[in-house]
Amino acid sequence: MVPRTTFNHEMEELSKEITEMANVSKTAFEKSVQMIADMDFSLREEVKALDKRVYQLNEQIDKHCLDIIALHSPVAGDLRLISACLKMVEDLNRFGRYATDIAELIDDFEEGKAFKRFESLRTMSCLVVGIVDDAVYSFLQRDAEKASHLHERDDAVDALYDTIFREILTYMMEDPRKITVGIDLILVARYMERVADHACNIGEYVYHMVTGERLDPKMRTGNVEQPPCRIFEHPDPRSDLDLK
Amino acid sequence: MTTAIRTDDLHVYFDKNHALKGVSMDIEMNQVTAVIGPSGCGKSTFIRCINRMNDLIPGCVVKGKVMVDGEDVNDDDVDVVDVRRRIGMVFQKPNPFPKSIYENVAYGPRLHGIAEMANGKLRQRKHTKKELDDIVEHSLKRAALWDEVKDRLDKSGTSLSGGQQQRLCIARTLAINPEIILFDEPCSALDPIATAKIEDLLVDLKKDYTVVIVTHSMQQAARISDKTAFFYLGDLIEMGDTKQIFEKPQKELTEQYITGRMG
Amino acid sequence: MMNRKATEMVVFTMFRGCAILVVLALVVLLGYIATGGLERLSVEFLTEMPRRANTEGGILPAIVGTFYLMLIVLSISVPIGVMSAIYLVEYEQSSWMGRVFKLAVYNLAGVPSIVYGLLGLGIFVAFLGLGFSLISAGLTLSIMTLPLMISSAREAIAAVPSTVREASYALGATKWQTIWHHVLPYALPGIFTGIILSVSRAAGETAPLMLTGVAMSLQRLPDSFFDSFMALPYHVFYMATQSSDLLATRPIQYATALVLLLLVLGMNLFAIVLRKRYRDKYRW
Repeated sequence: MVPRTTFNHEMEELSKEITEMANVSKTAFEKSVQMIADMDFSLREEVKALDKRVYQLNEQIDKHCLDIIALHSPVAGDLRLISACLKMVEDLNRFGRYATDIAELIDDFEEGKAFKRFESLRTMSCLVVGIVDDAVYSFLQRDAEKASHLHERDDAVDALYDTIFREILTYMMEDPRKITVGIDLILVARYMERVADHACNIGEYVYHMVTGERLDPKMRTGNVEQPPCRIFEHPDPRSDLDLK
Repeated sequence: MTTAIRTDDLHVYFDKNHALKGVSMDIEMNQVTAVIGPSGCGKSTFIRCINRMNDLIPGCVVKGKVMVDGEDVNDDDVDVVDVRRRIGMVFQKPNPFPKSIYENVAYGPRLHGIAEMANGKLRQRKHTKKELDDIVEHSLKRAALWDEVKDRLDKSGTSLSGGQQQRLCIARTLAINPEIILFDEPCSALDPIATAKIEDLLVDLKKDYTVVIVTHSMQQAARISDKTAFFYLGDLIEMGDTKQIFEKPQKELTEQYITGRMG
Repeated sequence: MMNRKATEMVVFTMFRGCAILVVLALVVLLGYIATGGLERLSVEFLTEMPRRANTEGGILPAIVGTFYLMLIVLSISVPIGVMSAIYLVEYEQSSWMGRVFKLAVYNLAGVPSIVYGLLGLGIFVAFLGLGFSLISAGLTLSIMTLPLMISSAREAIAAVPSTVREASYALGATKWQTIWHHVLPYALPGIFTGIILSVSRAAGETAPLMLTGVAMSLQRLPDSFFDSFMALPYHVFYMATQSSDLLATRPIQYATALVLLLLVLGMNLFAIVLRKRYRDKYRW
């Protein structure tokens, strides 16, 4: 029998909680993007509910980590996992928050078709969902290799944001009636860009958790081949993410 | 950083039992080095090799080198009494002599006398009373015990509390002015406050001495040591900076032990 | 429940009964001897030479003789006993020689005193030519008590906790320094106990004395160790079996026995006091 049963039990519980939070926040974000893509307003309540769950888990995991530190003096791998959890919950929380924000912006869209014509926005959303997917996946599979490459794709996201911003600016200057929609769309793009940044943070935490080394973001090379956009071809996001 | 102690392929046998299997490691000067590992892994056997206390155990065979100051302490022409004067030891259970506090601390210096140059030759002489008084006071101060006992130096050493007794044993060891001090689980018989006092003392002592401490408590090793060595079943598994061992151990076995999952 | 308590009561009563029995035995013994001999006990009895075939006068030579004998035993068997014990415990713990030695000592302790008497007769009186003298008797008694002395000293020294030795060695003391400064002082109370036991036994032995030259009656005190001597235990025996009028000399017998008892008890008390003082000084 492995000793420290209470401690091991606590660590397993923590693992389950953080896994749930990762999956829920990822789903929340993907659903919010899907809302824009399909103009499916019914998803709004679902997104809000998921965000609420994210917030609950945030508090729960925070407290749980502190309890473990106070009572069990974790070291080595356990300590790095707890460090990663404490930091990750903040970023995962942001996923949920931004998902809700995006969901609420949809109300203002009078012409839902406006989005469908924005190729760049669609591309950006694909990219971001991909990064979020991989960030969560790298955590669940403890894959430091995958985590170390997220930054490179973030560069592309940032570049796309600039492009979108200029595009929408052009449209707004052409037709002042489109300003409201335009601003909303810029906000959506902004939120997605932020989500990508937070996903990259998660990648850094995962890298440190697995290897014990810190990832230097300046090491990115940029212009990495992007995985294919899945969101419109496969409505259901990947669900084969299991506990390690 | 200079090396105070270097062991080279050290093996120890107790009759048929192979207690230490080829341990080679360096211990740095003026640092606290902790030796950790589960019961029976050879930690105490290892440090007892350094000051040749294993000689006292019948049936014990030591092979390999233990170099202190460039000299192998196991050499035939090395005086074991001199080795033990230069390398002090504090034991798990406080064991002051059943004599007065003064006598406890003065015993060591009295044994060895003072070496001084006279007419170009090195000779030994006895300490004067004043010299002994100074040594006793200085040792007790260094062991953070002076204030508590200065007005009852003639009381028996065994009349002190556990933590005080252990500090007395430390003072006794300091009195012979060693270069290296070995501690074999010095706090395991003490309460947390006494333990904390002794831990502070150990960190303070490293300024002037090389400290090696065997401990069962990983938290203690983590708190006070600069380097940590992990032993398992007679083998040295891993040794490195304490921070590195406790945040990112290289060996799987080490990780299992320090996270408490060995068993 | 009640069964256990009942058993407890019964057993304790038995134990207390035994203890009382032992004390009773001692009291009866002392009482018997005292009532029989007190009438004869006087300053004159203790300080004068015997006269008229031991029926009158005192038993001074016997007292002095026993005293000298105990002195010889002390000065021979204590040093040799303690040194042997140190050797046994500290130097040859597990070698075959140590084991043989231990076995020899334990067996010697069981040899009957008359056999020692014969030994004394053969070696000291005849072979070494010491004749029937204090020294022959003293040497014989010393050898007789040696095993007891060695065993007691050995127990006392082995009982010294190894932590004390370790502390001493760790400070750079040699083996002998450790023994002299720490082991012996620590073991001294136990060694005192051994001395008490040994000397008491030596003082009371009669058989070895008979074979090595105790005299029936002397008008003077021994003037050297090679001189003849009287002794209290033998005097009791002699008076009880060989004296002219057994009934009349009964008080003398009892009085002599009383003196012997008091002498031995007195020595024991002295040693106990010494031991207590030492224990307090070396509080452990």
